[in-house]
Amino acid sequence: MDAIILQIMNGLDKGSAYALIALGLTLIFGTLGVVNFAHGALFMIGAFCAVTISRILALSHQIIDESKTDFLGNPLKVDVPYVYEWFGSNVGDAIIDWAVPISIVFTIPVMIFLGVIMERGLIKYFYKRPHADQILVTFGLAIVLQEIIKYFFGANPIPTPAPSAFVGSFDFGALVGFDTNQIIYPYWRLVYFLFSAIVIAAVFAFLQFTTFGMVVRAGMADRETVGLLGINIDRKFTIMFGLAAAVAGLAGVMYTPINSPNYHMGMDFLVLSFVVVVVGGMGSLPGAVLAGFLLGVLQSFASMAVIIDLIPGINQVIIYLVAIIILLTRPRGLMGQKGVMED
Amino acid sequence: MGILEVKNVRKRFGGLQALSNVNLSVTENSVHAIIGPNGAGKSTLLNCFVGKLIPDSGSVMFDGQSVLGRAPHEINQMGISRVFQTPEIFGDLSVMENMMIPCFAKRDGAFEFNAVSAISSQKDIIEQAEQVLEDMNMVNKRHMHASALSRGDKRRLEIGMCLSQEPRLLLLDEPTAGMARADTNNTIDLLKEIRDKRNITIAIIEHDMHVVFSLAERITVLAQGAPLVEDTPENIKGHPKVREAYLGETV
Amino acid sequence: MFGLNQKDGQLILIIAILVFLAPFLLNPFPVESELAQFNAGYPDLMQRFIIFGIFAIGFNILFGLTGYLSFGHAAFLGVGSYSAVWMFKLLSMNIIPAVILAVLVSGVFALVIGYISLRRSGIYFSILTLAFAQMSFALAYSVLTPITGGETGLQLALDDPRILGQQITEQGNIPVPSLFGLEMRDSMDVVIGPWLFTFNVGYYVCAIIMMISFYIAVRIFRSPFGMMLRAIKSNQQRVNYTGLYSRPYMLAAFVVSGMYAGLAGGLMAAMDPLAGAERMFWTASGEVVLMTILGGAGTLIGPVLGAGMIKYMENIISKINETILHEWFRWMPDGIEDLVVTLIYPFIGKGWHLTLGIIFMVVVIFLPGGLVEGGQRIMRLFRRRSKSRNTTNSSDTFDSAS
Repeated sequence: MDAIILQIMNGLDKGSAYALIALGLTLIFGTLGVVNFAHGALFMIGAFCAVTISRILALSHQIIDESKTDFLGNPLKVDVPYVYEWFGSNVGDAIIDWAVPISIVFTIPVMIFLGVIMERGLIKYFYKRPHADQILVTFGLAIVLQEIIKYFFGANPIPTPAPSAFVGSFDFGALVGFDTNQIIYPYWRLVYFLFSAIVIAAVFAFLQFTTFGMVVRAGMADRETVGLLGINIDRKFTIMFGLAAAVAGLAGVMYTPINSPNYHMGMDFLVLSFVVVVVGGMGSLPGAVLAGFLLGVLQSFASMAVIIDLIPGINQVIIYLVAIIILLTRPRGLMGQKGVMED
Repeated sequence: MGILEVKNVRKRFGGLQALSNVNLSVTENSVHAIIGPNGAGKSTLLNCFVGKLIPDSGSVMFDGQSVLGRAPHEINQMGISRVFQTPEIFGDLSVMENMMIPCFAKRDGAFEFNAVSAISSQKDIIEQAEQVLEDMNMVNKRHMHASALSRGDKRRLEIGMCLSQEPRLLLLDEPTAGMARADTNNTIDLLKEIRDKRNITIAIIEHDMHVVFSLAERITVLAQGAPLVEDTPENIKGHPKVREAYLGETV
Repeated sequence: MFGLNQKDGQLILIIAILVFLAPFLLNPFPVESELAQFNAGYPDLMQRFIIFGIFAIGFNILFGLTGYLSFGHAAFLGVGSYSAVWMFKLLSMNIIPAVILAVLVSGVFALVIGYISLRRSGIYFSILTLAFAQMSFALAYSVLTPITGGETGLQLALDDPRILGQQITEQGNIPVPSLFGLEMRDSMDVVIGPWLFTFNVGYYVCAIIMMISFYIAVRIFRSPFGMMLRAIKSNQQRVNYTGLYSRPYMLAAFVVSGMYAGLAGGLMAAMDPLAGAERMFWTASGEVVLMTILGGAGTLIGPVLGAGMIKYMENIISKINETILHEWFRWMPDGIEDLVVTLIYPFIGKGWHLTLGIIFMVVVIFLPGGLVEGGQRIMRLFRRRSKSRNTTNSSDTFDSAS
């Protein structure tokens, strides 16, 4: 029992990332009808926003500390981050320590801006072109974006730690009444899961309860009719694209402590996220979220030693296998609507 | 016994009873029109003939064989060709190629892996396609991209493609919808010519009464998913129930 | 000629001449000159031009004719490579059985994957093929290690049986792939003045096979089968309502194109007898998509051009470094020189993928027909200038897809 809970929990963080990326993909697909292969790149850029902000916050300059000397007896030069000088060393330390969560604030506008530029500058011209063309041009864009990041940040993963308060693990099993040391769970993964849950809830609430969301949902159901009503649906969809980019970016920011970001992480996640979208049902938001978590958890179960002994290699292929089976038995995915990309 | 026998066909979409107990018999070598107001189930019925939809119950027999559960290509190979409401042609191919494809389908069946011979060596197909183009008066357009044709020419091409298969039953789904008057008259003339010169049964769904009354030998009026009356055009014109349900103020 | 019309015959003839003279054409710069690094006429790279050309020709039969975008074609390439290497291990170092087995095995693979994937179309088809390829990659990397060599890849060993051939050379080495004794790696260097030209056996073997593959592709394009595939791309609904069963047509196209990929994989192993799982990774599938689109999907010559261009860029542009740039722009004033070098630097060397991505985007946006369409536009521009007017559209219909 505790082993099962552990696997479920292990699957949650990956599942959260899948769900967030798939959510954005589905939003874009459902509203704009565009298959966006560059969405993984947005996830990756979000992660590098966190890297950038961490670096900016840790910017320092050298001052001569008279009170200390080096081994030659000269006054020691020390690096002092600017934030120390502005806020004092205690607050400064905290700011640097909390760089990843702080990045969220900066990432949202950056990602929205990027998303809007992408939509206005490129995607807009591909609404009427075939899906193959959309895949191809966004695939090209993804290559360009990841190469730009590689140029500035190099090819190696850049470790970006979580705030020290969340480093380490806790005994989840003991908390809920199992034996101690059976379910050890890292703090940050829990944070990531809760964070995703909040973002997902926020997106759904936004679509459910605002006029804007209502129009967008109507547009997802029937774009032409809403256009005929005289609502400027294109503008709303542009904003939607920005929003989807922000969701992907946020997923990336918070993922940095779990996996050190590198320039190709977007592509790695994209392939799986597409599978998630298709399994969930093209154009279905709840489907994307459900499938994201489901596949994350399934993957974690498939990685159990018992299961691997039983079916060797299953951990490598489980997601694809599930996708193939679902696509063949339920062509619309788990929760796909009729009429959306029937073939 | 007609060439197309429809018995007790029902089809329901969710809460909507699209077809409720349709019976219909199309006599061989006649022109049979199916008319009815919007939402009467005309297109649904047609889709049941060609394998796009499967009715919930009932039977559709073509020349003594059931068409239900067969794929569209199988039904076509049985001898039913269909013309769509908006012309369905191969827009990226030339007019000549458009005409050759049904000829291949007629000669080689549903699948033939013929990757060895060149198209230009298929003399019989080329001859046949050219013949139909001539019949359709489109020889001078043979090199054109089909997507560049006018609406009327696209319709003409599509009808030609169906004819080149020498079908026994030709289904037409509002062949003059969205056409200018001149194009409509051309299409009527073309269909009349087909009716008079070829041994083809025609079933036509149409909105335009002018088209229906100038072509049809029998008319079935469909209303709310069920046949209201079936009779000759003269009797339909004067039928009180039809006037009430459909023709009303227009005739 | 060989059942082709005049235009296609000329095209094949021109390509044949170019391919057979490639060792000269690709080495235009003397060995000692500064520009020698732009020479592409060395065996390894020329073989790659040809092999990826075959891969792209095959991919184009599927994507170019039917419009179905497979994102998993690298799986067949990988399967071909593994099969060929196994042939070298078990049977002999002769490349003929290796290549034949590569084609057959990848054909069977394509039959299975295609049969399942083709139940869906559009983006679902793309995702299904992608899923299958990634699955093959993951399996080759892990569980199938006994067959695939896992992370290290499949390599030849001294104790391989090679029942029909030589197990170990007289020097005690592993024998090299050959065609009835003609070793693939054998080269003949010809020095003419300051120029050096290398004629490699492996290259010419590949070249002959490519010409045959290209000829077959032309025949398929011009056949009724090819026309049916184009019809499916244009309007699948009409195909079905014309009494044609589109699925076997698609499956046949998928299998043929998978066999081309397997042939390319087999040749890759024949040139260098090892095979690794990374050949099946989805980026490798993406690469062949790039090649085909860049050159011009649905055209005969486009994929070959695209493959050549991408492989040339990968090998040559990626070799340019900052020092070389500085040398080129030395004639500029100092400040401007630095500026120019700084501006260009991100696009060369390790940044060649960036250049590739940009070119690819530009092609998709402005030139959906690829380089071939670009060439045609330029030609038309010239023609319009030279002749004042000649409106007749004389291209015959069933060979308009050149």
